[in-house]
Amino acid sequence: MNKARHNPLNMVAMHGALILYTLIALFPVFVILINSFKSRRAIFREPLALPNADSFSMIGYETVMKQGDFFLYFQNSMIVTVASLSFILLFGAMAAYALSEYQFKGNLIMGLYLALGIMIPIRIGTVAILEMMVATGLVNSLWALILVYTAQGLPLAVFILSEFMRQVSDDLKNAGRIDGLSEYTIFFRLVLPLVRPAMATVAVFNMIPIWNDLWFPLILAPAEETKTLTLGSQVFIGQFVTDWNAVLSALSMAILPVLVLYVIFSRQLIRGITSGAVK
Amino acid sequence: MTALTLNNVNKSFGNVHVLKDITLEVEEGEFVVFVGPSGCGKSTLLRVIAGLEDASSGEINIGGQQVNLVPPSKRGIAMVFQSYALYPHLSVRGNMTLALKQEKQPKSEIEGRVAKASRMLNLEPYLDRYPSELSGGQRQRVAIGRAIVREPKLFLFDEPLSNLDAALRMNTRIEIANLHRALDASMIYVTHDQTEAMTLADKIVVLRDGRVEQIGSPMELYNNPANQFVAGFLGSPSMNFLPEALIQESGQNTIGIRPEDLFLSDDGPLAARVSHVEKLGGDTNVIAKVQDHDVTARLFGQHAIAEGQELRFGYASEKAYRFNEAGQRLA
Repeated sequence: MNKARHNPLNMVAMHGALILYTLIALFPVFVILINSFKSRRAIFREPLALPNADSFSMIGYETVMKQGDFFLYFQNSMIVTVASLSFILLFGAMAAYALSEYQFKGNLIMGLYLALGIMIPIRIGTVAILEMMVATGLVNSLWALILVYTAQGLPLAVFILSEFMRQVSDDLKNAGRIDGLSEYTIFFRLVLPLVRPAMATVAVFNMIPIWNDLWFPLILAPAEETKTLTLGSQVFIGQFVTDWNAVLSALSMAILPVLVLYVIFSRQLIRGITSGAVK
Repeated sequence: MTALTLNNVNKSFGNVHVLKDITLEVEEGEFVVFVGPSGCGKSTLLRVIAGLEDASSGEINIGGQQVNLVPPSKRGIAMVFQSYALYPHLSVRGNMTLALKQEKQPKSEIEGRVAKASRMLNLEPYLDRYPSELSGGQRQRVAIGRAIVREPKLFLFDEPLSNLDAALRMNTRIEIANLHRALDASMIYVTHDQTEAMTLADKIVVLRDGRVEQIGSPMELYNNPANQFVAGFLGSPSMNFLPEALIQESGQNTIGIRPEDLFLSDDGPLAARVSHVEKLGGDTNVIAKVQDHDVTARLFGQHAIAEGQELRFGYASEKAYRFNEAGQRLA
C-alpha cells in the first residue's frame, strides 16, 4: 500500500487542502444565500453577517414572485436544459459508437471534424445562427435554444464518449451479435449502461453552462414567454438601480435545480464506477 | 456429414494478410483444437467461422450450407469467449435465455433447455444471481451454459480457460471434455496452450503466421511432426534441436530429440554441463549445455544431479528427428 496515505501528517494536509478548497468554492454561494434573506440596508451594512431578527426579510423573494413570471422562466430553463442534455447524450453517444465500433472510409476524418467543434467557440457564429433562426421562424421559441445548445455540446460529448466506448469489451458486443441482438439493442442495452460514468461526466460538463447562459436566450429567445431564468433575473439589474434583494433571491432559487441534477448525475457516476462490468 | 468445411479461406486487414489459404474440415461430433503461438491468426480464424469477421475470399460451409453471407446469429453456432462476455445487467437465467427469446422459442422449450444445461453445469443454485456476484469459474460455466442452451451445430471456444487459475483450469478442462462426450457436438477450441490441445482434441490444427502447418490427431502430430515448428510446439518440455554438425562433424541439418528420449550414458555422444535441475518428484528435468546449445532431458524418477556437473547423454537413433535447413522433416 501507499505509505503516504497512512502518514497522519499527510492525511491532515490532504484533508486540510480539500476542506479549504470546499470553503473557497462554497463561500460565494453562502454569501448569496444569507444575503437573499436580508433587507436591502442590511445587505450593504454587513454583507457577511447572518440574517437576524432585525435584518431578516423576505422582500427579495416577494419581489421575484410578484414581478415577472418566475415559474415560467424556471420551467423554460428546465425544458431547455433537460432537452439539450438528452439530445447531446443521445446523439453524442450514437455518433461516438459509430466512430469507435465501425470501420468505414473517412472514419478518422469524421472523428476529427466532430472534435474540431471543441476548439471553435459557437458564439463566433452568433450572427449566422440568428439569421438561420429567423429564416426558419424559430426565433423566440425554446427550440432555437435547444438546437444551439445541442450543437454546442456535441463535439466534446462525441470526443469523450468515443474514447470510453473503445474500452467496452469487444467480446461482449460479439456475444450479443451471436445471440441475435440488433446493433441498436447492443448499443442501448449493452454498451450504454457500461459507459454510464462517461455519460454522467458529459452531462455535468454541459449542464452548468447551459443553465447559466445569458447570451443565446438574450439574442434568440428574449420574448416574455420564452425567457430563461438567467435572462429573467436580469430585469432586476438596471443601469442605475439594481434590486439586489430580488437578484440574490432569484439566484438562490436558480441554484437549487442545478444542485439536484448534479446530485443525481454524480450518484450515477459513482454507481457506474463501482458496478462490476465484464470481469 | 461434415460440421464445418473451410475452402481456401483468406483474410486481410488492409495490407496485412492474416489468414492464408486455410482449408480444413471438421467432422460431426469432432473436437478440433486450433493451436499456435499468439498472433498466428487462430482467433481471427474462429471469428471468420463465427461471422464476426468477413472472409476476404474462400468458402465457409457449416452443416453443409454455405454461410459466407449469413449473419452470426443464423449460422447455427454458439461461442464462448475468453473474457466470458456475460451481460452484466441480466441474471444467469437471463444470460442463458436471451438468445432463445430472440429466436422466439416457446417458453416451455426455453425452460426445459435452461433446466437441462444448468443441471449439466451445476448452475442451478445460481440461476437468479448476477454475473458480478459469481466467481471466475462460475462465470465461465454460465458462458458455456449460454452456448449449450442454443443447441448449436457447432460450438466455438475462444481460449475459454486462460482467465482461470491453474487448479480451476484443469477442472474446467475435464468438464469441457465430459461435456463434449455428453453432448456429442462438434466443437472448435482455440488455445495457445499445447497441454489443452493435446488433452482435449480429437484433431489438432497447428497454425503459424496465418498458415496451417499440420492437421492430425494429437499422437500423430507428436510422433510424426511434419516440420520443426510443429515438433517444437507440441510437447512439454519442448523438443531439443541440435545442429547435426555437433554430433557427426558434418551436415547442415538439425537433429530433434524429445527430452524424454535422452538418457544418461557414460559413452553417449552428447557431453553436457548441467546448468539447472528441476526436481518434480516423479520426473527430473535436467537443463544442460552441450557446447553453447541448451538441452533439456527428462529423466524418469529421482536423480541426484547437481548444477555444474559434467554428464553424457545418449539417445536411440530411431527416436531422433531430422529437419533440413528450411525446417522440413527429413525421412
